[in-house]
Amino acid sequence: MIAGEDGTGLHDRRLFSRERAAGELLVRAAHVLDPREGLDGAHDVLIRAGRIAELGAPGSLPAPADGEVFDASGRFLFPAFVDPHVHLRTPGQEHEEDIDSGTAAAAAGGFCAVIAMPNTDPVVDDPSVLAALVATARRQARVPVGFLASITRGLEGRELTEMAALRAAGALGFTDDGRPVASAGVLRKALQYQRLCGGVIALHEEDPELFRDGVMHEGRVSARLGMAGIPSVSESTMVARDSALARYEGARVHFQHLSAAESVEALEQARRQGARVSAEVTPHHLTLTDDLVRTLDSRFKMNPPLRAESDRQALVEALRRGTIDCVATDHAPHARHEKEVPFEEAAMGTIGLETAFAALYTELVMSGQLDLPTVVERMTAGGELYGLAAPRVAVGEPANLTVVDLEASFEVGAGGYVSRSANCCFHGRRLHGRVALTVAAGSVAHRERVLVEAGAAPR
Amino acid sequence: MSQRRPLGPHLISIDDLDRAGIERILDRAESFAEVSGREIKKVPALRGRTVVNLFYESSTRTSSSFELAAKRLSADVVNIRSQGSSVDKGESLKDTVHTLSAYDPAAIVIRSPHAGAAQLVAGWTPASVINAGDGKHEHPTQALLDAFTLRRAVGRLDGLNVWIVGDVLHSRVARSNILALQRMGARVTVCGPPTLLPREIEALGCQATPTLDGVQEADVVYVLRMQRERMRDAFVPSLREYAACYQIDARHLRPGQLLMHPGPVNRGVELSAEAIDSPQALIGAQVKAGVAVRMAVLYELLAGSPVLAVAA
Repeated sequence: MIAGEDGTGLHDRRLFSRERAAGELLVRAAHVLDPREGLDGAHDVLIRAGRIAELGAPGSLPAPADGEVFDASGRFLFPAFVDPHVHLRTPGQEHEEDIDSGTAAAAAGGFCAVIAMPNTDPVVDDPSVLAALVATARRQARVPVGFLASITRGLEGRELTEMAALRAAGALGFTDDGRPVASAGVLRKALQYQRLCGGVIALHEEDPELFRDGVMHEGRVSARLGMAGIPSVSESTMVARDSALARYEGARVHFQHLSAAESVEALEQARRQGARVSAEVTPHHLTLTDDLVRTLDSRFKMNPPLRAESDRQALVEALRRGTIDCVATDHAPHARHEKEVPFEEAAMGTIGLETAFAALYTELVMSGQLDLPTVVERMTAGGELYGLAAPRVAVGEPANLTVVDLEASFEVGAGGYVSRSANCCFHGRRLHGRVALTVAAGSVAHRERVLVEAGAAPR
Repeated sequence: MSQRRPLGPHLISIDDLDRAGIERILDRAESFAEVSGREIKKVPALRGRTVVNLFYESSTRTSSSFELAAKRLSADVVNIRSQGSSVDKGESLKDTVHTLSAYDPAAIVIRSPHAGAAQLVAGWTPASVINAGDGKHEHPTQALLDAFTLRRAVGRLDGLNVWIVGDVLHSRVARSNILALQRMGARVTVCGPPTLLPREIEALGCQATPTLDGVQEADVVYVLRMQRERMRDAFVPSLREYAACYQIDARHLRPGQLLMHPGPVNRGVELSAEAIDSPQALIGAQVKAGVAVRMAVLYELLAGSPVLAVAA
């Protein structure tokens, strides 16, 4: 039996979290925006037994006798976000993050589910490792977590993992994220094997020969700084190669964290030709460029790297059109000592769960580059690609929703981070769109901290 | 665009200096060059102050000239090289800098294989920080001594046509010189194998070309060191082919052209022996300028000049 079936139907069978009491909650007078349901107006939302029990005109639903009322007037209520790409660092790097702290960060960012990558220590390349992770998630996870297993043993790109056994143990899909599957022959076999075991195969695309020892986008900024560049074609040539393989094998693949305009072109061509491909993009690639690397601040070091403004614009446009399906944070916590070193030496990655929506709302919606329903739709679509149900604000659906105050702004990092790590590329920025409440799988996973006095230190 | 740090008590990048700042350092260096001609080559400007030379890469010219410069200004000098120090024992750069800062140095001169190291150090110490080369990023004092040498040879640099030839991709000297020489009014062309010219290098304001065609028009040919390890990574097929395409020899050098090289030279690779030994070569003058220019940089940072040293 596949772990995770809890009988209530609130949890997808490949998502795992701890059991929580699901009391009654009335969210009063929120502006409900759910593009899938066509909702865009003020409603009361009643949650009972973990499900949305009633939607009513604002102020019309009576307060539950034995429950709580959350006044959301002046705020928006969205279906909660789903992040198909996070690093929770368990097992092995719990000094950076663990399932408890990582899912707390997710809840603080308005997420009701996240999908964790397998490049841990040990790698999730064996059913016993996955079984242990599932057990940990059942004790610790504050929002449901799904797990990808690795495509190859030890992420070494040579031998396939026991993909069928890993699927039976609960894996949502497979990825060697952090590394490409450099060998076309090995990837082809994994795509063939998918016909037996199912599960989306997700790909981190970089050609190691073109990537070499690169530390940042290859372009005018790398020319100025004298740092080894990562050319855009190191990503796009692999998107093209693997689209061709997927098409040939009839396989289902997902491209992770696309960063380059050339990759968008390759993806468009693959879709035109009928390949079964999907793709994600991160908030940082949608909002920031390599110009920031001039500061030599290691918070701007990630893989794939921040690229040029023309790349950023191509990514925004691809997300708007739906060529890129969803937003993924690639939340990648790192210890301080791994970042407090010269740029070339620093670890690659930024945390992003707590800032994802606010960054996109502030940088893209407020500036008119994307509309709000598009951002909400793309931030909630990441699970569907892996066969999970999308969160919906509709009677009878499991309660997965978030209340956001678009007027409220905050300085990123000023009050610390919920994540165990602080390597955030948005650190110090003032962002709009503060998450006030997150309900995940029927119960409250995050509530905004309320300060007793103005200016008082949190907690 | 480039985010300039407020002009502080550090020299991290040529971008920290405007033209007036560069000229002030060069003028100051002229007066220190005079000191170096005396029998007693010492002035008391930094007496009682400490200069730490922290070198994470081997270096002969830069480290010895910084040491001499500090000593001629009467500073106490501590030299730390990665061999035999706790740096070798895995101590982080941050911890090393904190340790050294406990001795209250007036300046830390740092050479590192990593871009941005000097800037990081500046954030961790109250001392003035001088970048003596950070990875392939910048080597500002080299560019200043090159500008000094050129100014002595030709007077004003305005309108001067300078070619920088060789492995620009891996050269901090090239980057600092492109910036400094252009700021002083020169026009710069970089030339080298297409594999060793950074993509979009023109964004720095220079021209780029893969052949020596046109080098006869140059007033100054600045030749970079060609490192043997570049063959291994297939940037160029062989030293022989490199020399055939890019070596500056007597044939390329027209009368009146000046020849420069940051040293150490690979004789017979990037330069022919005749070119090195020709009277047009300023290579010896560059080395000599190193001490005076580094004295000027230390003086301007530590002895309180209004141009560079805004209150420490």
